[in-house]
Amino acid sequence: MALADPGPTGRFGEYGGQFVPETLVPACQELERSFRSAWADPAFRGELDRLLSDYAGRPSPLTECERLSEELGVRVLLKREDLNHTGSHKINNVLGQALLARRMGKTRLVAETGAGQHGVASATAAALMGMECRVYMGEVDMERQALNVFRMQLLGAEVVPATSGSRTLKDAVNEAMRDWVATVGDTHYCLGSVMGPHPYPWMVREFHAVIGAEARQQCERHLGGTPDVVTACVGGGSNAIGIFSGFVDTDAELVGVEPAGGAAVGRGVPGVVHGMKSYLMQDEFGQVQEAHSISAGLDYPGVGPEHSHLASIGRARYEQVTDDEVIAAFQLLSRTEGIIPALEPAHAIAWLSRDRELLAGRTVLVNMSGRGDKDVAQMMDVLG
Amino acid sequence: MSDIPVAPAEPGALERTLRAGRDEGRKLLVPYLTGGLTVGGDHWLDVLSAVVDAGADAVEIGIPFSDPVMDGPIIQEASERALAQGATPLSILDEVRRADVGVPLAVMTYYNVAFRMGHERFASSLADAGVSAAILPDLPYEEVGPWAAAADAAGVETVLLAAPTAPDDRLPVVCARARGFVYAVGLLGVTGERTALAASSLEIASRLKAVTDKPVLVGVGISDAAQAAEVCAVADGVVVGSALVRRVLAGEGPAGAAAFIGGIRSALDA
Ligand SMILES: Cc1ncc(COP(=O)(O)O)c(C=O)c1O
Repeated sequence: MALADPGPTGRFGEYGGQFVPETLVPACQELERSFRSAWADPAFRGELDRLLSDYAGRPSPLTECERLSEELGVRVLLKREDLNHTGSHKINNVLGQALLARRMGKTRLVAETGAGQHGVASATAAALMGMECRVYMGEVDMERQALNVFRMQLLGAEVVPATSGSRTLKDAVNEAMRDWVATVGDTHYCLGSVMGPHPYPWMVREFHAVIGAEARQQCERHLGGTPDVVTACVGGGSNAIGIFSGFVDTDAELVGVEPAGGAAVGRGVPGVVHGMKSYLMQDEFGQVQEAHSISAGLDYPGVGPEHSHLASIGRARYEQVTDDEVIAAFQLLSRTEGIIPALEPAHAIAWLSRDRELLAGRTVLVNMSGRGDKDVAQMMDVLG
Repeated sequence: MSDIPVAPAEPGALERTLRAGRDEGRKLLVPYLTGGLTVGGDHWLDVLSAVVDAGADAVEIGIPFSDPVMDGPIIQEASERALAQGATPLSILDEVRRADVGVPLAVMTYYNVAFRMGHERFASSLADAGVSAAILPDLPYEEVGPWAAAADAAGVETVLLAAPTAPDDRLPVVCARARGFVYAVGLLGVTGERTALAASSLEIASRLKAVTDKPVLVGVGISDAAQAAEVCAVADGVVVGSALVRRVLAGEGPAGAAAFIGGIRSALDA
C-alpha cells in the first residue's frame, strides 16, 4: 500500500472533505487544480528540489544514537529535520506552498502557527519570495514562544494575536480562515499541517513526503533494510505523515505520539471543524474542547484526516504521553546525544523511553521534527 | 458529490412565507439572534418576540458553536457568552418549541452540531421544535448530500449560501439545491458591521436574481436601515445579524431591538 491520492472529494476513507464557507469553495478548487498541475510539472518540481537543497539544506541526515540506545536498550535512529533551515520540518511544506502561491499569482501569505515554527517558515519563504505575510498566533503561544514571535517580525511578517477561545493553535486557525474569507483574491492560506479542507491534507503530505523518501534510502544504506518501528509526534500530523509515507508499504510499525491533553485520535470521536472530517476532541453537543499541552505545536484538539483513516484501518497506531514524560525526554536526549529537541518531537522520545521494555532490542526511527531553541526559555521556568 | 439529492419541488413553510411576502410587494426582513443568550436579565425569547412584532418576516436563530469561522467579533462574543451561560442545541430548541413566535424560524449553526447529534436526530429535533429551516455556513453544496437527505425527509429546508467568489456556472447549481431562500453573501469577509454597503452586495444579488426565482436575501455586513433599503433595490430582502446582536450585547433589550428592526422595516416599506 502507498498513501493514496484522495481524489476530487478529498477523502481518506470516510475522513477529509472540504467543509468550508461557500466563499472559499472556488479557492480550494482552484488550489487543487493548481497543485495537481504543478506537481506534475518537472519545472516546478525542479525549482522546489533546488530550494530544498540549496536553501533549506536537504537532505537532512540520519543519526544513530549510540548513547541513548545503550541507555534505553532500544536502537534509536533520528531523522534530523531539526537541522533544516529555520529549525524544523515545516520549511518543506512552506517552500512548496509559497512557490505554488507565486505560480497562482498570489502576493500575500496568511498562516496560523502554534509553536511558531510554521510561522517562522512562512515568514522566511515570504521574505525569500518578496511576498507579504501575516501570521495568526494564539495569545498564550505568543508568550510561551516569544523567541519565534521576534523571529517572524525580524523576517518582516506581521504577527497577529488570536484572543478568542483557548488562545492557542485552534483559535489561530479560526482567525487565519476568517482572514482568508476576506482576502481570498490576492492571498494564499499557507496552512501548516496535513489538516484543513481538501486539498491541504494531501498537498501538505506530498510536500513532506521527501522526509520519508530520504529516510527510506538512508535506512536501506545504514541498516540494509527498514526499521522495526517508525515514530513521530502528532499535532496536525504533518511530520508524522511525511515520514510514514516512506514506510507505509513496508512491515514497519507506524506509531504516532499525541500529547495526552490533545489526543484527537486517542480520546476524540469523529467531527467536522476547520474544513475537515476527522477525529476531534469535543463534547456531546459537538462543541470543540480545548486542548492542554506543554507543547504549543501539539496543543490542538483535532488531527489531520489521513491519521484518522490510518488509525481506523489499523495501519498506524497512536500513543499518548504526559507533559512530565515529555519534560524528562527533553532532558534525556539533550544529555545523552547533545541534541536539544523541540518539545514536539520530545513526545516521540518520551513514548519510546516509557515503552522501552516492549521495544527492547528493536530498531526505532524517530522523526526529530525540530530543534529546541524555541523552548529553552519555557524550560528554564519549568526546570528552574 | 454524486449523492446530492435533488431538492423537493414543493416549497417549505419558510419559502412559502417569503414568496407570499414578496408577491405582495414587500421587501423581506430576517433578523439574526444568538439563541440562549440572556443579557442583563433580558431573555432572548423576549428579544425574539420584539423583533417579530417590529416587522420581521422570519427569524434566524443562532445555535452557538465554539469555533464560528464565518463570524466576526460580535457574533463570536455572543456565542461565547451563550455557551458560558450553558446554552446547548437541545436547551435552545426546547425553548423554541414552547414559544409561540408567529413567523417561520431558521436555525443557523455550524455543521459539527448537526453531525455530532446525527443528521436524522438533528433534523427531527428542528422539526419537532417548529423550526422550518437550517443554515450551515460551513457545509457547502459539494458536502451537503447526507445532511440534505435527512433534512428533506424531516421537512426541514436547507438554505444554501451563494458568495461573490462563485463563478457564473456555480450559481444555478447552488440555487437549485437551496430551499427556503438563497442566502447571498454580501461581501468577502465574515459577519460584522460595515460603514457602507459593499458594492459586491448589489452585484451578487443581481447575479442571483438573474438565475433563480427563489427569494434572494443578502446577509453579512448589512448594518443599518439605509444599507438594507439600498440593497433591496435589487435583492428580495436582507438578513441583519451583527448590528442587532451588538445592541443585544450592549443591553438594549427587547425595546432597543424592536426600535432597530422597526427602523429597518420602515425603510424597506417606504
Ligand atoms: C518541531 C515541530 N514538530 C511538530 C509540530 C507539529 O506539527 P505536525 O503534527 O503537523 O507535524 C510542530 C508544530 O508547530 C513543530 O514545530
